[in-house]
Amino acid sequence: MLEIRDLHVCIGDVEVLKGIDLKIEAGETFILFGPNGSGKTTLLMTLMGFANYTVTQGQILFKGQDITHAPMYERARLGIGMSFQRPPTIHGLKTGHLVKMCAREREVDVEDLARKVNFDRFLERDVNAGFSGGEIKRSEMLQLMAQRPDLVLFDEPESGVDLENMALIGQTARQLLDGMPPASCSMKQQKARCKTSGLIITHTGYILEYVNADRGQVMYDGHLCCEARPRDILDHVSKYGYQECLRCLDSDATLGQIKEAL
Amino acid sequence: MAFKNVDLSRYSFEGAQADAITDLSTLDEFDRKRLLYAGIDVNTKERSGSFMHMNHSGVHCKSTQEGLELLDIKQALKLYDGLPQYFWKMVDPNRDEYTRAAAEHLHGGYFIRARKGAKIEAPVQSCLFIKGNGVGQNVHNVVIVEEGAEMHIITGCATAHGTREAAHLGISEFFVHKGGKLTFTMIHNWGEDTAVRPRSAGMLEEDAVLVNNYVLLKPVKDLQMYPTLTLAGRGSVARFNSVIVAPDGSYVDTGNRILLNAPDTRGEIIARTLTTGGTIINRGHIGAYQVPARGHLECKGLILGSGVIHAIPELEGTVDGVELSHEAAVGKIAQEEIEYLMARGLDEDEATSTIVRGFLNVDIMGLPRELEQAVEDQINQLDAGDAM
Repeated sequence: MLEIRDLHVCIGDVEVLKGIDLKIEAGETFILFGPNGSGKTTLLMTLMGFANYTVTQGQILFKGQDITHAPMYERARLGIGMSFQRPPTIHGLKTGHLVKMCAREREVDVEDLARKVNFDRFLERDVNAGFSGGEIKRSEMLQLMAQRPDLVLFDEPESGVDLENMALIGQTARQLLDGMPPASCSMKQQKARCKTSGLIITHTGYILEYVNADRGQVMYDGHLCCEARPRDILDHVSKYGYQECLRCLDSDATLGQIKEAL
Repeated sequence: MAFKNVDLSRYSFEGAQADAITDLSTLDEFDRKRLLYAGIDVNTKERSGSFMHMNHSGVHCKSTQEGLELLDIKQALKLYDGLPQYFWKMVDPNRDEYTRAAAEHLHGGYFIRARKGAKIEAPVQSCLFIKGNGVGQNVHNVVIVEEGAEMHIITGCATAHGTREAAHLGISEFFVHKGGKLTFTMIHNWGEDTAVRPRSAGMLEEDAVLVNNYVLLKPVKDLQMYPTLTLAGRGSVARFNSVIVAPDGSYVDTGNRILLNAPDTRGEIIARTLTTGGTIINRGHIGAYQVPARGHLECKGLILGSGVIHAIPELEGTVDGVELSHEAAVGKIAQEEIEYLMARGLDEDEATSTIVRGFLNVDIMGLPRELEQAVEDQINQLDAGDAM
């Protein structure tokens, strides 16, 4: 589904990603951990194609196509979708109308989708105008449900969300990733049917209670390290913090640079 | 910043009489289309009355609703001995050369009165139309909403297709009496070389409400106006909503003024302006001289490609306890908003026009559905031109 090769990315003059290699297969959900400022969001923004993120080296392949320099809308139409952490308010644009646009030419029952995330009351409201943290997340989920991407990028789905909303958002994320197969089909069949991939940034790990996360890795100062089962990474980080990653990276040639940076 | 002048000697203020039109739907296709874009429904089905003034003559005047009085101003002046309570009471005839011209050379205009307690449900429409080259038009309108009455007036001002070098000078005076409610929606559909000088003012008594909507989406050579509403009665409320687009070649100098002259009054001015090459001077003034009084002024401007927007918001308070605020912005479409929509699969042009449509949205005006649709259609058409 997604393949990233030796990706280097600058914001302005500052190199933030310093050689990322990552492969996410169809149907696989990948969890990205890492301290603030390590480059996690930069990776997501770069995959989506935001203008301020300049790829200086390396390649991004999606469904076999090189999208390293493709415009955002092309990536979206190819099947990449993103849940924004702090989306902008768009005055005069109704949420319901935006949801419809997300589906493009596909017919969608916006009301019906909205009810699933308890958001039908908001369809007449301007996009993100005065929305609370939980409302923003539900709005993002609703847009993604209409868009039906094949790769979903979630930037901290749990930030600013209360516990009740967390369950709703977690379950919706799971449905987006796993599809909604009939209850009768076997696990194996279900896995085979589901081709949606996910790349999720999380600090707290709450989202792990809802989604079937296959793999995880820690981002540290623009590098990916410590591939492990997401639960194990979370346990480890909560016990020892991210300082442990330094030890992990010990054998890495870049250690010197990291220490300098610290 | 000073107002621009129009040389009135370039226009003919005599001799352009027009014949009466019994049925507005008999107008030719071009005129009908020009009027449609100015909010006029020539079939007059969903209207409680219709008035039309063409060049120097009133050509149509018909009320179909009890409690609604609709007359040509000349007729009203005759019938009511010169309307001493209303005529030239809010606007000073010596204010400037345009008011003087209108005072000296009255061509007509409308007199619309909602009688005491009358709830006029369907809008009243009036149309001021110029057809012919070099025509200068002077009109004087008087609108009265008597105690407890309610009314919505849609007034469309337009030039005919192909009309060159026209000028429109219009005096409008509004009186909303105790507990009355007036919604006044004005849509301009002038030509690329029309000069326009409306001079409007109104007065609100106790608990009266006036909502003034203004829509300008088409080119105009030179337009300057600064309507003023005086809130003279306790508890009265006034609101101006404007949506203004200035393409290359347009010069638009407009402002709204609200004077809070009584306690418990509220005033709100909201203007959305967009230039794609023209000049917009967007003024606003709320003065508060009694307490409690609240006012809010919002002028937002978008420059798309090129053009000038000069926002001049003014707040004035002369008593302790007034609450006035303003919000002004002149800028471009935020890249962040464009990228948000592009991440949903819209290309850059689609994203831009979606944001512009939202910016210019007329939702808050409370227009009849078919008129709102007509305005939205015109906004959508902006995409087709060089606007976006």
